[in-house]
Amino acid sequence: MRAKSHRFWASSPGSNDSVVSLSALHAGEHGEVVELAGGRCMLSRMTALGFTPGADVRVVQNYGRGPLIARVRDARIALGRREAERVYVRKSSG
Amino acid sequence: MALEERAVLVALAGQPNVGKSTLFNLLTGLSQHVGNWPGKTVERKEGVFVHDGMRYRLVDLPGTYSLTANSAEEVITREFIIREQPDVVVALVDAAILERSLYLVAELLPLPAPVVVALNMMDVAEQEGVHIEPQVLEAALGVPVVPTVATRNEGVNNLLASIEKVTRGDYPYHPTLPRIREDHGDVFQKVEAAIEGCVPDPYPQDWTALKLLEGDQEITKMMEACLPEDRLRRLHSILLEHDDALVAVASGRYEWIGRMTRAALTRPKTGAISLTGKLDRWATHPFWGLVIMAGILGLVFWLTYAVGAPLQEFLDTYVVGNLAALARMALTGTPSWLTDLVADGVIGGVGAMLTFLPILVIFFAVMGVLEDVGYLARAAYVMDRFMHLMGLHGKSFLPLFLGFGCNVPAVLGARVIESKRARLLTILLAPLVPCSARMTVIAFLAPAFFGSAAALVSWGMILLGLTVLALSGVLINKTIFHGERAAFIMELPIYHLPNWRTIGLRVWQRSLSFVRKAGTLILGVSVVVWALSTLPAGNIETSYLARLGQLLEPVGRLMGLDWRLTVALLASFIAKENSIATLGVLFGTAQGGSLAQQLAATFPASTALAFLTVQMLFIPCVATVAVIRQETKSWLWTLFDLGFLLIVSLSVSSAVYWAARLLGL
Repeated sequence: MRAKSHRFWASSPGSNDSVVSLSALHAGEHGEVVELAGGRCMLSRMTALGFTPGADVRVVQNYGRGPLIARVRDARIALGRREAERVYVRKSSG
Repeated sequence: MALEERAVLVALAGQPNVGKSTLFNLLTGLSQHVGNWPGKTVERKEGVFVHDGMRYRLVDLPGTYSLTANSAEEVITREFIIREQPDVVVALVDAAILERSLYLVAELLPLPAPVVVALNMMDVAEQEGVHIEPQVLEAALGVPVVPTVATRNEGVNNLLASIEKVTRGDYPYHPTLPRIREDHGDVFQKVEAAIEGCVPDPYPQDWTALKLLEGDQEITKMMEACLPEDRLRRLHSILLEHDDALVAVASGRYEWIGRMTRAALTRPKTGAISLTGKLDRWATHPFWGLVIMAGILGLVFWLTYAVGAPLQEFLDTYVVGNLAALARMALTGTPSWLTDLVADGVIGGVGAMLTFLPILVIFFAVMGVLEDVGYLARAAYVMDRFMHLMGLHGKSFLPLFLGFGCNVPAVLGARVIESKRARLLTILLAPLVPCSARMTVIAFLAPAFFGSAAALVSWGMILLGLTVLALSGVLINKTIFHGERAAFIMELPIYHLPNWRTIGLRVWQRSLSFVRKAGTLILGVSVVVWALSTLPAGNIETSYLARLGQLLEPVGRLMGLDWRLTVALLASFIAKENSIATLGVLFGTAQGGSLAQQLAATFPASTALAFLTVQMLFIPCVATVAVIRQETKSWLWTLFDLGFLLIVSLSVSSAVYWAARLLGL
């Protein structure tokens, strides 16, 4: 299956430079999903698992390489690094 | 027809890890039938039960997160509900992950069957600090909501009462339905207008419109076949313009979930670390996670060898041996070929399969416990970075690991992998994991040939096997699968205590299905090989199998094997241990000395190394071939795998032979 790339913005990204890949968050940091990139099949799975624009995601474990663990809508989800790089979040403080 | 006269059809739906099997087993007990969904390698479980004078037929739908056609499970679930229109769909949700598990409910409600929500794992939710008011949720949803703890049989009677009420029409069933996110309301209407009146029965029109916006391939195909040219063009242009609608549809569902749960759900204060969080600090740690996994896997091995191997031996000597002797006694007076056929062919073949069972049962049980507790997902997570090298991800590790015990559960275990491609690759590679039977052969032959260096040679063989496995993975992935890599997204469920009933039933069902399905093929092949090794004169030395060995000797020569070793290799197709038995027959005891001594005296080290190598990498036993065929549903892939393994094993062992010759061995 050929993956077509889709990009979705919940709100205008504007010049907001606090938008980063989920893979860039350290353990304990969290943020709000603003954009998901990837093929339709992958997006469908990501949204079903709770990653939709506006959802709060907290990184539980991230050692800088390999897969990471994130908590979204009370569920713990393990993501490959490549998958996590395609989730863009607006980093929240605290 | 009165309700009492026919069975009420109830479908059980839910996301993975919500305790669906536990509830299903609780309601149906042993009165269940396990098979596959037609044309799919997805397990189909169905059972009957009687409650309050009413007969119920319960169908367990596969666990899925959503109902968009991404995998066979999702299509099966929605097609069943749309086509069979069950009297009630029980949607099992995990109370501890309420919002996320209601996502499936948001997908189920628009389908043409009433939904009863079972709020399961209320105990786990309380432990995690999540508090839910079921009545408030029920009022918001407009469908029955019943709190349950399936593992402790709590709330199940209330659930049955709700099912009964809904089937009798005594419940004011007015579900609040989710809608697409507001900014896409117009688009949704445009799509609905484009398909109006053309949606084939029994698909609901608004549901079809949503699936089109979600880019669902099956539904798009369906509508392409139904719509007239001009409307189809209109639909395509709308969909093309709004190819971002998928996220709007999903967001709409979560907005609906937010509204439904706002009053009913109280979350814990963030910052409190749950038991699962504490355990995961260790279990998913890049270093300690590996240590823990190695420990657990070591324990699995120990169990297999300490419990499984003696049981296997016991079955082989006492049960199978005595059965064969008994058959011979019972058949005295009949022609000797018949006696031999039954005693050696049939009982020998069935026996080979029976001896698999102890190891299989242990592996199924251990897998079941690890899966039920929630550990399996952690092991997959820890191994993910290593599996990447082969174009696989973490989920392939455990099935492959199971292969060390026996390749059969390895192939069966590949079912946990959603991606078709990754599943196929895992199945194709599984035979390269050195199983315990191959190890038995190595363990017998290595000391015979190499004396004190046996341990070193055995380790070398395992290392060689795993290296070939890794290289084959890279090769097959790069060439046939064009280097595609499956996305790794996996839920890590909350840890909980194992439910023995669920595990026991699963072990029972899996073992039974192995005996039933693989058994027939194993039996058939065993009889054929037995015939080849006996006909025409009644002894193996002059049999067709021996002639075949002599015919194939030129191939064997490449690896330094004579016809006897070639025949021994062929015989390993029934069961790997047969190699030794066959060599025993071929060498006999005529020349004196044990088989080990004779082998060492007959063959140089180069031949010995080559023979061990080819044993290690050769095509798997017939039981494994049977399940490869069963799981891939394709003779083509099965034959491809056999051909691939044949080429790999012959070329690697030839290389080993000539390299050893060059080194003067």
